[in-house]
Amino acid sequence: MEIIEADHLSKSFGSFKAVDNVSIAVGEGEIFGFLGPNGAGKTTTIRMLTGVLTPDTGSARICGIDIHKNPLEAKMKMGIIPENGTVYSDLTAEQNILWTAKFYGMDSISRKKRADEILSDLGLSERRDDIVRNFSKGMRQRISIACAIVPSPPVLFLDEPTGGLDVFSRRLVIDTIRRMNDEGSTVFLTTHNIEEANELCTIISVINKGKIIATGTPEKLKKSFDRANYIEIAFEQSVPKELFARWGISRAEPHGDKWRLYTDDPDQTVKYCAELADLGHLRILSIATSTPTLEEAFVQLTEGR
Amino acid sequence: MMDFRLFTRSVLLVTEKNMRIYYYKGAVVIFGLLFPFIMFLTFFIGRNLDIIIFFPAFLGMMLFFSSSSTGPLITPWEKREKTYERLLSLPVTLESIILGDIFAGSLFGIVITTIVWIGGSLLIHLPLKNPGLLVIALLLGAFTFAALGTLLSSPAMSNPSNVMMVSNLIRLPLIFISGIFIPLSQLGDWEWMLTSLSPLTYLVDLFNGAINGNAVYPAGLDIIVLVIVTLLFILSAKLIQQYNLSKGI
Repeated sequence: MEIIEADHLSKSFGSFKAVDNVSIAVGEGEIFGFLGPNGAGKTTTIRMLTGVLTPDTGSARICGIDIHKNPLEAKMKMGIIPENGTVYSDLTAEQNILWTAKFYGMDSISRKKRADEILSDLGLSERRDDIVRNFSKGMRQRISIACAIVPSPPVLFLDEPTGGLDVFSRRLVIDTIRRMNDEGSTVFLTTHNIEEANELCTIISVINKGKIIATGTPEKLKKSFDRANYIEIAFEQSVPKELFARWGISRAEPHGDKWRLYTDDPDQTVKYCAELADLGHLRILSIATSTPTLEEAFVQLTEGR
Repeated sequence: MMDFRLFTRSVLLVTEKNMRIYYYKGAVVIFGLLFPFIMFLTFFIGRNLDIIIFFPAFLGMMLFFSSSSTGPLITPWEKREKTYERLLSLPVTLESIILGDIFAGSLFGIVITTIVWIGGSLLIHLPLKNPGLLVIALLLGAFTFAALGTLLSSPAMSNPSNVMMVSNLIRLPLIFISGIFIPLSQLGDWEWMLTSLSPLTYLVDLFNGAINGNAVYPAGLDIIVLVIVTLLFILSAKLIQQYNLSKGI
């Protein structure tokens, strides 16, 4: 069953088309990664999906409820961390969470119990009565996450949830996303952090200049770039680039003290390298075949488009 | 079809947030009380005026200022602090945010003006000809001018000082054309025309009718004008905010 559905969403600001005919379908229990460079249209899309912005054309449904026709009912199904993860600075950590919980109709006992639970999970129990204004960025982001997950929503929308966080806060955020997903929440995550997407997401769409240019599992996306298979080889001696202009090597790039050789046929290239070393009296220090990373797939997808 | 229960809850929670964050502040309460009080004293001291006759106008001015003082700043503050997107992403609609802002302004205005009315009743033995009309004037006037405050917060400005300047530019002249410093019954023809353009005139007239029993217009007319003006303020605020949102946050 599709929990998040977007049909042909478009949004322009003046003459600038921020989102162009975007359709998305996210199944129950997925962690959906929405990847794209800055300004690609990720935030505008998430704002339309969460009812913050009205699309020029198209529609979106959350758990089957049209977000623009029945915004209150649809928003009851979701928890959201907006871009920048802001919370009310003049309220305490606990007041922010309890006030948010009231929107979802939670009674005072369950509100309090859930707030205790979340504050403890996020390492904020001791700061519960402190005004958020004095918190660090990482702590504010944790409060923002606490507000999003307090109603245990079926759908979580997270707009760059780990942007600018230290390692500890980032780890805490990622663990929380995983836990919410384990407990049954479907997660929609925008990020430009490729490693984060690779680590967390079960399915990824790449958006660039307002259009979705690829969708698939992280592995499928990586595999779809066969030409990006490469071997990495290090010689003891320095070797000119021209030496690699053979045997189906499409591109040779220096990477530190290694050469990265892009090829359609890694086996043949390894053989060629061994031959080359033998004939040229070169000593191979290391040799390894690699499949492309998600980052490489992403760069190839988005560059020049 | 919108769920009325969810809508009501969202309005009340926006009101609660506004009261906690923007109104329960010493400076806001003091400003709400002091500013109209000083304005009135500036006019009243040194002139041989009957305080009982002028008190309804003073109450009108108190209600006008206190209800519309903080409303213009809420949305710009939230945009500057970037909490506006958080608010919009909660189970709320634009209408519930607007009504929540108006309710908070109304509550503040009602509390401040009630304190002043109680003080006036105790200190100068203020008469009360029509208690029902006083309650209507208090509730309706608070709602009308809180709606004006919310309308003033609607243009796409995220700098509160700019909003405050525009807000005062509109609110201050209203005081001088609303029969506050010169009773409506003493105005000439063109002055009468001018005062009839200000919604504050009708609130002052309602207070005059409720306290002294000497209203110029029928109470029904005052009420209808205030209701129509309130609806226009709310509708304009909604259309402006909707337009701003279509251009982004």
